[in-house]
Order: sequence, then C-alpha cells, then structure tokens
Amino acid sequence: MLELTDAVVSFSSPGGPVVRAVDGVSLTLPAGSFVVVIGTNGSGKSTLLGSIAGTVRLDGGSLRLAGHDITRWREHQRAKLVGRVFQDPRAGTASSLTVLENIAVAACRGRHAGLRWATGRQLREEAARRLAAIVPGLETRLDQPIGSLSGGQRQIVTLVMATWQRPELLLLDEHTAALDPAAADRVIQATARIIREQGLTALMVTHSLAQAAALGDRLLLIHRGRIALDVQGAAKRRLTADDLADRFDALRRGDQLDDAAARTLAEAYV
Amino acid sequence: MITLLSTWTFGLALALVALGVFVSYRLFSFPDITTDGSFTLGAVVTAVLLTAGVDPLLATLGGMASGGLAGCTTALLHAFLGIERLLAGILVTTALASVNLVVLGRSNVPLSGVHTLLDRAETLLGLPLERAGLSAAVAGEAAQLVFMLIVVGFAVTALWVFFRTQLGTAMRAGGDTATMARALGRDTGGMTLAGLAIANSLTALSGGLVAQYQGFADVQMGIGMVVWGMASVFLGAALVGPARLGGALVATAAGSVTFRLLVAAALRAGLDPDWLKAATAAVVLAALVAPRFLSRGSHARTH
Repeated sequence: MLELTDAVVSFSSPGGPVVRAVDGVSLTLPAGSFVVVIGTNGSGKSTLLGSIAGTVRLDGGSLRLAGHDITRWREHQRAKLVGRVFQDPRAGTASSLTVLENIAVAACRGRHAGLRWATGRQLREEAARRLAAIVPGLETRLDQPIGSLSGGQRQIVTLVMATWQRPELLLLDEHTAALDPAAADRVIQATARIIREQGLTALMVTHSLAQAAALGDRLLLIHRGRIALDVQGAAKRRLTADDLADRFDALRRGDQLDDAAARTLAEAYV
Repeated sequence: MITLLSTWTFGLALALVALGVFVSYRLFSFPDITTDGSFTLGAVVTAVLLTAGVDPLLATLGGMASGGLAGCTTALLHAFLGIERLLAGILVTTALASVNLVVLGRSNVPLSGVHTLLDRAETLLGLPLERAGLSAAVAGEAAQLVFMLIVVGFAVTALWVFFRTQLGTAMRAGGDTATMARALGRDTGGMTLAGLAIANSLTALSGGLVAQYQGFADVQMGIGMVVWGMASVFLGAALVGPARLGGALVATAAGSVTFRLLVAAALRAGLDPDWLKAATAAVVLAALVAPRFLSRGSHARTH
C-alpha cells in the first residue's frame, strides 16, 4: 500500500515565480491496484512519479510504502521497495553489460551485493525461463550486450528486471513512449501480464489515451500539479479513449479551467 | 637484447597504470587526473619506506595503499561535494604535488644500495634462468620481466574475477548507466569511491614498481601518466577490437607494452625525447577523434 499525503514539490527559477509542480497531492493506493496516470506536458505527473521514486525531493508532505515511512529515504534506498521502468530504454539498462549481467544486478536489488559470482548457472536458467515465458527467443540472447537489443526488447528485459524480486510498487514512467507502435503494444501486453501474474501494485504514467482507457483499475488525470480527475471501479471500466480525449480538449481549450472548477467537474464525472 | 627486455619490463610496469585508467575511464567514464599524482605518490611512499628499512613487499603495498587513498579523496570531492570530475582530479593532483615533495623531502631520491622488490625477484627467479642457459646479465633482466609479468597477470586476473562478482557487476552497471544502478538499489557515490580506490591503487603500485626498477623516485615522474594510460587503453582496444571484460583487460595490458615498444622504436628512429609526452597526447587525441571519422555507425564496445 502506498500513501502519499499532502505532497508538495516546488521549483523556482532565478528571478521567476515559484512553481508548484506537485501541489498538495494526497493519494492512497491499496496493495494490488494498478493506476494509470495521464496529464498534459508540464502537468506535474512526471514530478509526482519522481517524488515517489526518490529522484525529486518532497518539499512538503509524507510518503509511506508497505508500512515504511520513506519520505526521507534516498533514491537507491527506495529501490528496496520500488521497481522502475523508464521512458528511455537506455536509462533502465547498462548497455555495455550483457543481458544476463543486467539481470544479475537486478537480482541483487535491495540486497547486499557481495563477492559471490554474479552470473551463476541458477540465475542463467531462471533468466532464460522468465524471458522465454514473455518473449520466446529472447532467452537465446542472454550473453549479448543488452545494447544490441531493440528498444522494445530492452524495455521488456527492464520490466523483467524491475519485477525480478517482487516490488512493493512498480513505477512505469511512459515506458512505451520511445517505441514504435508495434513494439509499444508488445511491451504493454508484457506489462499487463506481469502486473496481473504477480498481483503488483503499479503506477503507470502514459501519453497514450488508448492505454489509459484499456489498462488498470483506476485512472488519475493530473493537471497543474493536482489530481483533476480520479476514476475507479465500474466508471473506470466504462471509460473510453474518446472520453479522455474530450477531457484533454477541455483542459487545453481553456487552461483557464481553474482548480476549483476542475474539482467540481471531477466530482460530477465520478 | 637487454634493451628489448627492459622495454617489455617497463611496458608491463606501466600496464598497471593502463589497467587503472581502464577501470576509472572505461568502466566508470571518469577521466581521472588523480592518476598523475597517485603514480608519483606510490613511487614516493615506496621509496621513503624502502630507505627507512621497511621490507620491500610491505613498502610496495604501502605505496599502493597511498594511491588508493588519493583515489578515495577525488571520489569524495566528486560524489559527495559535487565537484566536477576533472576538477576533483586536478585539485587532488595539485595537492599531491606538495604532499609528494614533503614526503620525499627533496625532488629526487636514489634507491641504489637499498634492497628492492625487484632485487628480490632477481635473486629468486634469476638463478633458474641462468641455469636454463642465459648469461648472468640477461638472466637478471629476464627475471625482472618475469616478475612484472606475474604481477600484471595477477592484477588482470583479480580485476576480471572482481568485476564479475555481484558487487563488481553492479559497479560496472553503475559506471555504465547510473540511473539504472540507483533504480536497482545501488549507491553510485559509494561505487565511484571503490572504483577510483582500485584504479589509483593500481597506478600507485605501478609508480612504486617503476621507482624500484629504475632505481630512483622523482617528484616529476607522474606527469602525463593519465594520458599514457588512455593511450594504452585505446591502443589495446584497437589491437583486439570489441571484446568482453577479460579480453579488454588483457588488451589494455598488451596496449601498454605495445605502446612502450612503439615509443622505443620512435626514440631509436631519432625522436627527440623532449617530444615524447606531446606525441603521447597526439596519439590519445587521434584515438578520441578517429571513430568520428572512420564510422558513422556506432560500434557497441563491450567490457
């Protein structure tokens, strides 16, 4: 379970105004929920994700995950509980290391990395089994540098790495945005499958309204650092990509849609 | 014959610098200027310990440890105080220039009449070589070469083993892609610390061995060492092409010996020794620039 309470992240540019990228967001995700987050560019959705991952420091509020208060934990400490997949396939894997070596690092996530051999036979067999289950054929490439894989394949390996040890929370930061549509589709299939099979708690930021409509059991629309729309349960299941497109149009038409109005709308919508 | 053997021995001694630069520059993408300072530091500390009557092996290890400390200092400046990589190395190397002078007491200390690690190697390994039919002079030189081969072979093996353990693999991953390593729970600051400690220990070991081999320690002897190391790394990579970790380590050591042989050939052909460092810098520049002209595609080099 993830509990974000009154989270505030502000940025200030020299001489410029202080911008609240995350403006008092409170959010509770019960264990096993799969939440999709959408929002326009600059809405604060990536900052929100970063503040959970630990790449962005919270200026106010608190964060609890799986019974730990992780507000003050540093990024690499939060990795004990959090698995992550990035937008850029190069950010989530070490290009010059082989597929198996990358997986070996993931296998030590949140544990002490000692002087034991990194890529033993047991790990190799387990890696082959897990990769083959998702993309048959990928297991033959364990000894190749991961940089030689396509972007889609790398994202799938990154997913396998992020969930190698079951994370308390899986963070997906537009992890299909850099891929061509066919590869994006394969990665999304793999994502949905891994989340379902492991019963993971997941937070996925996406630019794709189709993904937002089709995936997850809850949808958050972030606007100006706040939750402008929160759809769950049956309403989420009924939600279509067209509905979301309408919502986005409304937001774009007037960025004049002020916070109070957005909340009213949100309440009316749910 | 003896000159050729000596070139090999020197090339092997400097291969430890090349291996250190391989660790800092190739594995951690850290252009570590500390190399220049820690090479001298290793030589100076070893020389001072030797002249104080410390056992040669302990003196050499002491020099090596001092280099490790220098590397830690640079890493601390960078990872925990946020000083830029190059600047952190420049600061530590500049400070080390004073440290080296103070530790040595003057700018040059001869090691004649002091029992060194290489003398010990000569006694241990020279006799069997003499019995095998070599003249006494050649056997002595060959014994030192064999000793350097053993040291470099041990260093290559140790690095290969270490960087294939869980910790070593995580360190390589962090040097390659820091975001990935942090997302998987690794403290990249601590890893840089360990990486630079290893790299500069090797460099300082090289400094200590070179001082013992040539028979003196000099506060100037480290100048240009980081560039020498880079030249060896590039030359080694050019010799073998894309290689995995083990291959790249062996290639780096081979690159150092090859470069030393090329330098010897160039000097014999009439190159003014004053131009040696400029020539080394030119080689590194060429190696850095050449890939941009030779190929548009990206060669994924692996280690």
